[in-house]
Amino acid sequence: MAFLEVQDLTLYYDTHRGPVRAVDRVSFSLEKGEALGIVGESGCGKSSIALALIRVLPKNVHTYTGSVRLDGRELLSLSDEEFRRQIRWRKISMAFQGAMNVLNPVLKVGYQIAEPLLQDGQIPKERAFARVREILQLVGLPPETAERFPHELSGGMKQRVVLATALVFNPSLVILDEPTSALDVSVQAQIMNLLKRLKSELGLTFIFITHDIALASDLCDRLGIAYAGQLVEEGPIEEILQRPTHPYTQGLLASMPLLHSDKPPSFIPGAPPGLIDPPKGCRFAPRCPYLFERCEQPPPLLETSRGSRALCWLLAERSSRSQPTPDQNPERESP
Amino acid sequence: MKALKDMVRLEDVHVHFVLRRGLFQRGIVHAVNGVSLSIAAQEIVALVGESGSGKTTLGRVSLRLERPTVGRVWFDGREISHLSEGELREFRRRAQAVFQDPYSSINPYMTVAQIVEEPLIIHKIGSRSERLAHVEALLEALRLHPVREFMQKFPHQMSGGQRQRVALARALILNPDYLMADEPVSMIDASSRAEILQLMQEQQKERGMAVLYITHDIATARHYAHRIGVMYLGSLVELGPSRRIIDHPLHPYTQHLIEAVPEPDPANRHRQRQVVPGEPPSPIHLPKGCFFHPRCPKFMKGLCDAARPALKEIESGHAVACYLYHQESLKEAKTEQVAAQV
Repeated sequence: MAFLEVQDLTLYYDTHRGPVRAVDRVSFSLEKGEALGIVGESGCGKSSIALALIRVLPKNVHTYTGSVRLDGRELLSLSDEEFRRQIRWRKISMAFQGAMNVLNPVLKVGYQIAEPLLQDGQIPKERAFARVREILQLVGLPPETAERFPHELSGGMKQRVVLATALVFNPSLVILDEPTSALDVSVQAQIMNLLKRLKSELGLTFIFITHDIALASDLCDRLGIAYAGQLVEEGPIEEILQRPTHPYTQGLLASMPLLHSDKPPSFIPGAPPGLIDPPKGCRFAPRCPYLFERCEQPPPLLETSRGSRALCWLLAERSSRSQPTPDQNPERESP
Repeated sequence: MKALKDMVRLEDVHVHFVLRRGLFQRGIVHAVNGVSLSIAAQEIVALVGESGSGKTTLGRVSLRLERPTVGRVWFDGREISHLSEGELREFRRRAQAVFQDPYSSINPYMTVAQIVEEPLIIHKIGSRSERLAHVEALLEALRLHPVREFMQKFPHQMSGGQRQRVALARALILNPDYLMADEPVSMIDASSRAEILQLMQEQQKERGMAVLYITHDIATARHYAHRIGVMYLGSLVELGPSRRIIDHPLHPYTQHLIEAVPEPDPANRHRQRQVVPGEPPSPIHLPKGCFFHPRCPKFMKGLCDAARPALKEIESGHAVACYLYHQESLKEAKTEQVAAQV
């Protein structure tokens, strides 16, 4: 059994116009020490997947079902109190988006990192602050940073502090939600280097949420592509980047402007559907260049021969009879 | 490109903002520090750089939305700081802009038809039916299908990419000779970015506009601009043909910027990126000499920290502001070093 097994995870939000299907039957698994990138565009539900995993839910939850097994233990059946005491921050932690705004401006950085340690009153103050100094060094900051206020730090330093808050309990799974989205590329590269080092030195397991598929390739061993509340393709990063199966993954990759290639980026026409009333069949169907009759039915999650899985009828067609592969479709050639 | 006249020409532009901190303390933010740049008619020039590099301020100066503290700005052969009222009105018609955020740059209470028609009303162009026909044709060219339906829509009924196309239509309706596009796709989802940039490129070719494309994304600059200018702390450190800049960057900062851009490659995760440590210093206290010297891996003492290197053409059309490529300065430095050793 894998270290993290997520099966049919579902999270709907209640609104006056009906439930929003932010996370719809998402399944994946991850081995210890691996990093999974969840890549998708705005509103695809990628941040909601993170919130569902760490169970930080808004008040208007409509449905929260499925199974999350961490190290063999089912988490969804735990009560909120059990989850808070045993899992959140201790086993699963999260570095939230927007390093510029998540820190409290009137508290010293050291106190903000130590806060969860001091919460239960079981760890003496001196030990907690010793741990803070240790963890600051781990993320590449001088221990004296503990005495400073957030406004005295640069964007990159704040992002490191946010990372430190997530590492304070030595959790086994760390969720990173767009950890570099507010930073410039040069600082972003520094943070990515740090994450790589933490992954190899501490054997941390990461879930990395981002809109940038290229950035995900800087850290992740596996990639999951999210679209309209579903994970439409998931697998080893080599497969996803070099042999993408789902037409959305293909389109997303082709839309990346490449630095060292003259191939012009292309685009996917149209916009993603709303999640209150998504298409009944395949959710990508209205924008898909390979649309055919079967797409009116919800596609099954099918495995490719090389260990990746995709939510697409083309896979079923291909296994039943030999079909032209999407890559050979003339429409996909450079425009 | 060479034969065409300059549509926009910036000459040694400096922009300083006075910052008041408390009652007596004052600081000066050096947003732009001596930039000269020309954009030819029918040319797309990209300005790339990180936040705080002064690229947006420079773009605003080119539209006379900001006055330069020092320096001059020319538009189609006339200096724009000394325009009469009538000339200014003409300049406002011929020079247009698209901004970053299509959620705040267009009026939420107006329909698409009203938004795109408004500039024509202001400039008193055409009768109402002529104006609407013009709007319809332009929306058609920007592929906002079905056009009739789109004309009646309000901004909240559209996706970010569609809104940005409406903003582009509003800028193009006056048939400008110059378009300043400030981060036009940074808030748009990846899968729609290429669509906006392609449309901008198409329209630029068709109309023969000059375009200043301001972006932090150097990869898009390669695909959509003829030339790239790289900015660091309010100065232009390198300028040249797009592919040349990306394939053979000369300035250590440009090299570092390109190295930091991730590309989708499964091998990335197994290597550490070569990065320059630290972050750009504050534009209030600029470093002496070359602004990049405190972070530069190729820093030469006594040279780089003494005086600022000028932007010099090294090969045809490719200029760089770095002593590594200024032969005379290098030789001098070497003789001095040798003399010191002897």
